[in-house]
Amino acid sequence: MKKKIVLYFPPTVTEQPFTYYLIKDYNLMVNILKADINPHKEGRAVVEISGKETDFQNGIEFLQSRGVKILPLEQEIVWVEERCTQCGACSVICPTGALVVERPSMHVQFYSEKCIVCEHCLQACPSRAMEAHY
Amino acid sequence: MSKKTYEEINARIRAGEAVVVTAEEVIPMVREQGLEETAAAVDVVTTATFGPMCSSGAFLCLGHPQPRMKMTRVFLNGVEACAGLAAVDAYLGATQLPQADPGNKMYPGEFRYGGGHVIEDLVAGKEIFLEAEGYGTDCYPRKQLQKTIRLADMPQATLYNPRNAYQNYNVGVNLSAKTIYTYMGILKPRLGNANYSTAGQLSPLLNDPCYRTIGMGTKIFLGGGVGYVSWFGTQHAPEAPRGENGVPTTSAGTLAVVGDLKQMTPRWLRGVSFMGYGASLMVGIGIPLPILDVETLRYAAVSDAEIFAPIVDYSEAYPQGRGETLGQVSYAQLKSGEITIGDRVVPTASFSSYPGAREIAGILKEWIQSGKFLLTKPVFTLPQSLTGIDYRSLV
Repeated sequence: MKKKIVLYFPPTVTEQPFTYYLIKDYNLMVNILKADINPHKEGRAVVEISGKETDFQNGIEFLQSRGVKILPLEQEIVWVEERCTQCGACSVICPTGALVVERPSMHVQFYSEKCIVCEHCLQACPSRAMEAHY
Repeated sequence: MSKKTYEEINARIRAGEAVVVTAEEVIPMVREQGLEETAAAVDVVTTATFGPMCSSGAFLCLGHPQPRMKMTRVFLNGVEACAGLAAVDAYLGATQLPQADPGNKMYPGEFRYGGGHVIEDLVAGKEIFLEAEGYGTDCYPRKQLQKTIRLADMPQATLYNPRNAYQNYNVGVNLSAKTIYTYMGILKPRLGNANYSTAGQLSPLLNDPCYRTIGMGTKIFLGGGVGYVSWFGTQHAPEAPRGENGVPTTSAGTLAVVGDLKQMTPRWLRGVSFMGYGASLMVGIGIPLPILDVETLRYAAVSDAEIFAPIVDYSEAYPQGRGETLGQVSYAQLKSGEITIGDRVVPTASFSSYPGAREIAGILKEWIQSGKFLLTKPVFTLPQSLTGIDYRSLV
């Protein structure tokens, strides 16, 4: 299985290693897509974890036992459809094809499962229809 | 077909018999039925555009407080409006920024709030914080005012946009090695993307390229309400190069438009922010074209494949005013999602909302079909030449 999740690190744990243990003890492949972690401050990382289902569950339990909170990815970047003017400016800035213009209708669509939370769309959207929810 | 007059078309609208189609719908009709037959059948073609239009703003009459006041500086949610008018009148420009905005000091600036956003908040019915200063006169003694105000509290509020609905526009690209932040959006280095900004085959002045019917007094859809073309717009350049179909291959004509802000909606007046560039206002405009004769229809049936825009480098050629282009590309190619420049395939994006334009053209079609929106004959059509402008009347 392969899943993208958001890890929230309270200030007390931001100096502890986690990726190392997920790989070594739980046999998981960890791909860090985005991370903002600083000493003594809360931190966040968007990671894609792949491996066996049981290993994944055990890895998550390990993280939670150390105080790391697991958040679903879709809570991170939100497309506020009523603010979207359907211009399509985001579509050439989004690196993963999560924001695309459907043709021939020319309507904008957001596929949150493809989003890696790079936040480039937040800058590119003129009507500020993309929001980051943390 | 014999020619139709405005009066005949309006009589059919009043009777609920007018045949109205959008500039998108008319294209396959002409392809299948031919120009003559379609021109005889169709009375009105509706056109529209919904895009960022920086040369926009509103004349606001703020109403007199007690005691009365001659306002010399006016701020709405911290955004200054030009108060160099009569006592409580001010003009709020769409690109005006709050005084505290850092601009591009922290490059690229975000420009999250500006005059366009204040206009959107006003038409959304939101409370706006008004601050005004004056020096006090015998007749207008008050010197300071701070209060909240809504659009409904203002005696009058008029959207007046000196330049809207650009006939055609550049396709912006970046030949340099670094990302640039422009009014054409974020342009990635080394031809990373190509951004364009018109509605193409739906856009008003691309469907009346030689200004046969659009002019001063043309009644239009403006920001969700009813407005009028008030003049030709600033930078109106009718002598631009044109293709054999009359369609200009550079920016060319523009419109000045006016309308009652109180009729308008935030759906079609939307404050927007351009990273590293500034704030602006997206304006929805719809213009009906009366099908007076076959020629009017021939122009109105233009399709994306027959409209061309110049590709311009915004890292060097445009800012330096060199006027060089990297070639022409059709709107059909632009809307496909990628264009080819030299040996490079470059992804494209629009700043003008094509679905928005389609929706406005549809709304205007409904207004006309329902009999509540009649066409007006312009006092004079847009000038076709800037030398010795003749304010041609459509007699």
